[in-house]
Amino acid sequence: MSPIVKLTDVHKYFGTYKVLEGVTFEVPRGGVAAIIGQSGSGKSTALRCINALEAIQGGTIDVCGHAIQDPELNRRALRCDVGMVFQSYNLFPHLTVEQNIMLAPTCVKLMRKPQARDLAHQVLAQVGLAEKAEHYPEQLSGGQQQRVAIARSLAMKPKLMLFDEVTSALDPQLTGEVLKVMEELARGGMTMILVTHEMAFARKVASQVIYMHKGTVWETGSGTMLDSPRTAELRSFVNNGL
Amino acid sequence: MTTSAFSIVHFEFLCWAALWTIGLSAIALVGGSLLGFVIALARISSNKSLRWASSLYIQLVQGTPLLVLLFLLYYGIAVFVGPTIPSIVAAGAGLTIYASGFLAEIWRGCIEAVPKSQWEAAECLALRRSQRMVHVILPQALRIATPPTVGFVVQVVKNTSLASVIGFIELAQAGKLINNSIFEPFTVFVVVAAIYFGICFPLSAWSRTLERTLNVADR
Amino acid sequence: MSYRFDFLALLPYWREFLWGVLLTLQISATATVSGFIIGTICAIARADGSPFIKRLVATYVEVIRNTPLLVQVFIAYFGIATLGVHVSANVAASIALTVNVGAYTCEIVRAGLQSIHRSQMEAAECLALSRTQIYWHVVIRPAIERVYPSLTSQYVLLMLASSITSQISAAELTAAANRIQSVTFRSFETYIAVGFIYLVLSFVVRAAFALFGQTVFTRRRKLGTAL
Repeated sequence: MSPIVKLTDVHKYFGTYKVLEGVTFEVPRGGVAAIIGQSGSGKSTALRCINALEAIQGGTIDVCGHAIQDPELNRRALRCDVGMVFQSYNLFPHLTVEQNIMLAPTCVKLMRKPQARDLAHQVLAQVGLAEKAEHYPEQLSGGQQQRVAIARSLAMKPKLMLFDEVTSALDPQLTGEVLKVMEELARGGMTMILVTHEMAFARKVASQVIYMHKGTVWETGSGTMLDSPRTAELRSFVNNGL
Repeated sequence: MTTSAFSIVHFEFLCWAALWTIGLSAIALVGGSLLGFVIALARISSNKSLRWASSLYIQLVQGTPLLVLLFLLYYGIAVFVGPTIPSIVAAGAGLTIYASGFLAEIWRGCIEAVPKSQWEAAECLALRRSQRMVHVILPQALRIATPPTVGFVVQVVKNTSLASVIGFIELAQAGKLINNSIFEPFTVFVVVAAIYFGICFPLSAWSRTLERTLNVADR
Repeated sequence: MSYRFDFLALLPYWREFLWGVLLTLQISATATVSGFIIGTICAIARADGSPFIKRLVATYVEVIRNTPLLVQVFIAYFGIATLGVHVSANVAASIALTVNVGAYTCEIVRAGLQSIHRSQMEAAECLALSRTQIYWHVVIRPAIERVYPSLTSQYVLLMLASSITSQISAAELTAAANRIQSVTFRSFETYIAVGFIYLVLSFVVRAAFALFGQTVFTRRRKLGTAL
């Protein structure tokens, strides 16, 4: 199957500081890739590069047929194909849950309000929050807000979902409900790339684990790779992490 | 002054008048600070009627135009004291009242911006209310209050221009007088504006710098 | 010391007072609406314009904020006349107040824009919204909701400051008072009455803004909390 995301020898600098030094990996359609690694390993930056939130200085990234390194890249078309969820939820505080979800479909896809509302209720049901449509973000728990953020991305019917440490700001109880939603998405065939600290989740759900270290892909393999690391770095990372 | 173009003589007259603008501002600030400080304290006092009265005072001052207040004092003094009282009395009194009403509210905000934990900590050290105020709260409030207070000085300087309506000769009134004689309103008032700007802009800039340092220090 | 108040002497002039109130409200409303639009545009330009535009807006704001409104009113009134255009005092007054309050609005809205976190824009970007859509839905609207109380105070001050335009004989409340006191010789009573009317007006304007805010900002109405 052809890859939906393909990074080839990606380089990224912040000034003179090298964040990514030749990152190469690919994710097939329907694949779930978990990127793990210490903070500062470049994993979040790699994810942000995939969605063209950061410019890259070398290499190529192909996402659903969009060439990210191309200066003429049509970002809005790219973002119609890619959904992204952040650590800090980033819901719009002045809009209700429903309005948060309806915003992009009505603005970007020019969907009519009633259809958009139906869609909002549909994706909210998918994340188990159908009854919260009229609430404002601040009235929800962190876990609920993050699930709304996922629903908001789903409403754009993306081909690929990116999750940037989406459970890092949540306490363990709330982490569970978010991971459950993500697991269901994976089971439904959604292509996903997640940066995460949840080793158990990566082992269980990911079809592919990417261990990043010092701005490169240090080790990669299936979820079971975490049980028998080949490199000393991953071994120490896994041992300290668990 | 005879009818002629705007000259150095006029400029000199304006500069002299600008000193009155500064003088009147100083009067308003000294008077306004003293009165405003008392009202700010009354505003946060434990006595309910004091709080109510000071709040009413602030509402009155902030809810009526300074211009009307100046007219009111000007004619009031003329009625009760006599028409021979110089206009600086009404102007000084009006601007003092104006400044006190706004400064009281600014300072109340600053006193209340000192974290509650500081009050509690001071209370736990068995300090009396007045001691808590003097030794713990006010020094901290002072730091918070400096940038907005300097900012308000700009408002006072600008608003002294309204003293011209009751015949007090300060910068704006001097401009009007010159204009009456040479009728070059545009030139005259642009020069007047430039002098005001020369007084106010450094104060604004200073206020901003103070605010920035304060924000950095808080971090 | 034996002054006898005679407010009844003012009673025959109630029509003039009322007319003055209406004109004051008209001038203030014009300046508020147009000043809000100008100020908001300037705030956006200052946040996101070219270096030249940023400088231009900063200069406008500084010049206006550091010179007295009275002098600005004179310059507007005589300046427009110098250009050879004849406008009434009330139009000149509205223009001067608009330019004045536009600068203050710019500073207030700018603070609001700065309070919107970058991550909000990033999230909107990731939802494929265009630049304009992001600005409108995710930046400007919440920014204005956030600074709405400051804007309200500023516009109440503007309404009170519109009294200054009586100095170019714009027909409004204070000008009406000046005329009435010169006819009745009841200056003290006139200005007490007019001060009271302004006080009522400032409450009315404040209430109107609160009501408007409740209608526009549904979130505030439902939750009752600041954004």
